[in-house]
Amino acid sequence: MLEKLRNNDTAIMLAFTAMVLLGPIILAPFGAGYPDLLQRFAIFGIFAVGFNILFGLTGYLSFGHAAFLGIGSYMAVWSFKLLSMSVIPAIILAVLLSGLFALVIGYVSLRRSGIYFSILTLAFAQMCYNLAYSVLTPITNGETGLKVLSSDPRILDGASEGLPLPSVLGLRMIDTWRGSFLGMDVQFNVGFYFCAVILIIAFYISLRIFRSPFGLMLRAIRTNQARLNYTGINTRPYALTAFVISGMYAGLAGGLMACTDPLAGAERMQWTASGEVVLMTILGGVGTLIGPVLGAGFIKYFENIFSKINDNVLSGFLDFLPETLREGVVWVMGAFVGEGWHLTLGLLFMIIVIFLPGGLVEGFNRIIAWFSRPKGGDKATARVPAE
Amino acid sequence: MDAILLQILNGLDKGSAYALIALGLTLIFGTLGVVNFAHGALFMIGAFCAVTMQKLLSLEKVALSETEKTPWGTPAEIRTPYITDWFGDFGTVLLEYSVLVSILLAVPLMMIVGVVMERGLIKHFYKRPHAEQILVTFGLAIVLQEIIKSWFGANPIPQPAPDALRGMMDFGAWMGFQAGTIVYPLWRFVYFLFAAGIIGAVFCFLQFTTFGMVVRAGMADRETVGLLGIDIDKRFTFMFGLAAVVAGLAGVMFTPIVSPDYHMGMDFLVLSFVVVVVGGMGSLPGAVAAGFLLGILQSFASMNEVKQIFPGIDQIIIYLVAIAVILLRPRGLMGRKGVMET
Repeated sequence: MLEKLRNNDTAIMLAFTAMVLLGPIILAPFGAGYPDLLQRFAIFGIFAVGFNILFGLTGYLSFGHAAFLGIGSYMAVWSFKLLSMSVIPAIILAVLLSGLFALVIGYVSLRRSGIYFSILTLAFAQMCYNLAYSVLTPITNGETGLKVLSSDPRILDGASEGLPLPSVLGLRMIDTWRGSFLGMDVQFNVGFYFCAVILIIAFYISLRIFRSPFGLMLRAIRTNQARLNYTGINTRPYALTAFVISGMYAGLAGGLMACTDPLAGAERMQWTASGEVVLMTILGGVGTLIGPVLGAGFIKYFENIFSKINDNVLSGFLDFLPETLREGVVWVMGAFVGEGWHLTLGLLFMIIVIFLPGGLVEGFNRIIAWFSRPKGGDKATARVPAE
Repeated sequence: MDAILLQILNGLDKGSAYALIALGLTLIFGTLGVVNFAHGALFMIGAFCAVTMQKLLSLEKVALSETEKTPWGTPAEIRTPYITDWFGDFGTVLLEYSVLVSILLAVPLMMIVGVVMERGLIKHFYKRPHAEQILVTFGLAIVLQEIIKSWFGANPIPQPAPDALRGMMDFGAWMGFQAGTIVYPLWRFVYFLFAAGIIGAVFCFLQFTTFGMVVRAGMADRETVGLLGIDIDKRFTFMFGLAAVVAGLAGVMFTPIVSPDYHMGMDFLVLSFVVVVVGGMGSLPGAVAAGFLLGILQSFASMNEVKQIFPGIDQIIIYLVAIAVILLRPRGLMGRKGVMET
């Protein structure tokens, strides 16, 4: 049954849509049902899906995608400042501008491949970051970050009194309906549903790309670019298109970030942020459809949980241990939670790359294969991928 | 003329750090073919060796004074570092020169860290794609950085240079210009000499010893050297350790210039990678030359005259040069033809 589902696009889309739209209900028992976190799931999901189009399909490892995220954020905030507090022009402009940047950066970077490509994209991203901090302060507001003020000249909807909030079709992004479902407190938030709809559309586009001849060409680039070149195919336009698409996804994610919280800072462009999206994609499963969304959700969820735990919570947790032992355990575990969440993240990153390069999706597949394999370990009947 | 000379001098200290880190990076790439994103973390660990040594040396013995009283009438505490207590004046000198003393700690420690890292992790990644090497070492860099952060805290810890080497030197007078025109912090000059010494030592080691000759042969053709019955893996492991030592020493001596904090490694890593690419992947002289070159270029770009024409150029000059080099001459300034050109 799983096999069938995996190859049926309609079923995948339906399942995905249902999962995302019911997110507030499904995730409520895990303590992740509140809007802020759900929005982050959706936004980073979009970011990772876009990154996967480049890295998963063509194999080009970009270490500078956070730059597009930052550019998208700045553009969206500027649109709030100058045009209107409606999110629709903001994200359209964010996507267009980051696409433009991606075109320029990709045109230069894609002249090289492998590690040179990684370093070129890294160099461009660091350039954007450094400039945003120093010379471009009039545009980016430097370290303070760009904010929406009530005195800004919004030419489309004019100056409003009080601090303006981003809205879509008259609904403010922070509006939330609280309900209860099976005794749980469930929150339906406009911002989340806006992000969720965009995530579903983004996922659908990514699915179409995966299944299209264009996607096949991208996969061919990953498998053997030299051979493609020998057959007389110019691969660069294809790779560039993939780069621009994934840059636009990143810009979209950045724009949405600004929509849910109208603030943009340069630290979003730092190269550790680029590393984070690489991690999400790898953790979920490079080159798989659902993997990046899973990875993004996984990391954001555990980031949220782990950074909240502190030593007191830990010792409450381990109440059953004797005093001396507990202190030791709390001390050791305390290094991994709270402030030390990045340590856990780094370790997780290494473990995944070392033992499970295919990510969570490969892990699931292995588990499923383990159970569905006939008893007696008959190798001949095990599924062998066709070469 | 003296303005130009001053900028060159200003670029030397950063250039030395770039050159030392890039030398280690390119040594690792040339021998093992591994792209090591954790090399900046090694630089940082070196810097924290100096911090640890300084802390160890200044551990104090607290005794109650018999004659002196505090304003509250209790006996005053006399704090003497153990090291002075044990060795007298020699101890004071040791404490004074703690940065130099920590080299003694850094060399064996970095060697162990390097060898453990190579045997424990990097070894398993020789055959895997460069992307995975980048990713796993990136993860390792995060882990090392966070361990240091949880141990030493997130704030920079200033390290004093020895008193005798702390002042300024009148470089102009020394070179025959008018006195007082080119004044340069003495420690930075020491750092440059130190870096030059280390670079020279590494080159001599590779050029004039049998061990170095075998390593060079292994860099050129690993298989043949292996077929000749030489255990090249063991030597390459040692070279990884050596690269770690070089990065660590660069970090130790850099502490009086910039107070070490946990993310200094990451800051330097990106730039050092750029330096390696500009110099040419796997080319040792290229890495050193490009390190100094980019350090000096950066210091020229931060001159006010230049900044007025191109605002912000000092922030991005290195990246601009790197982009130009990768596009126009992908093998780098001194790279061998055909090595990682695409």
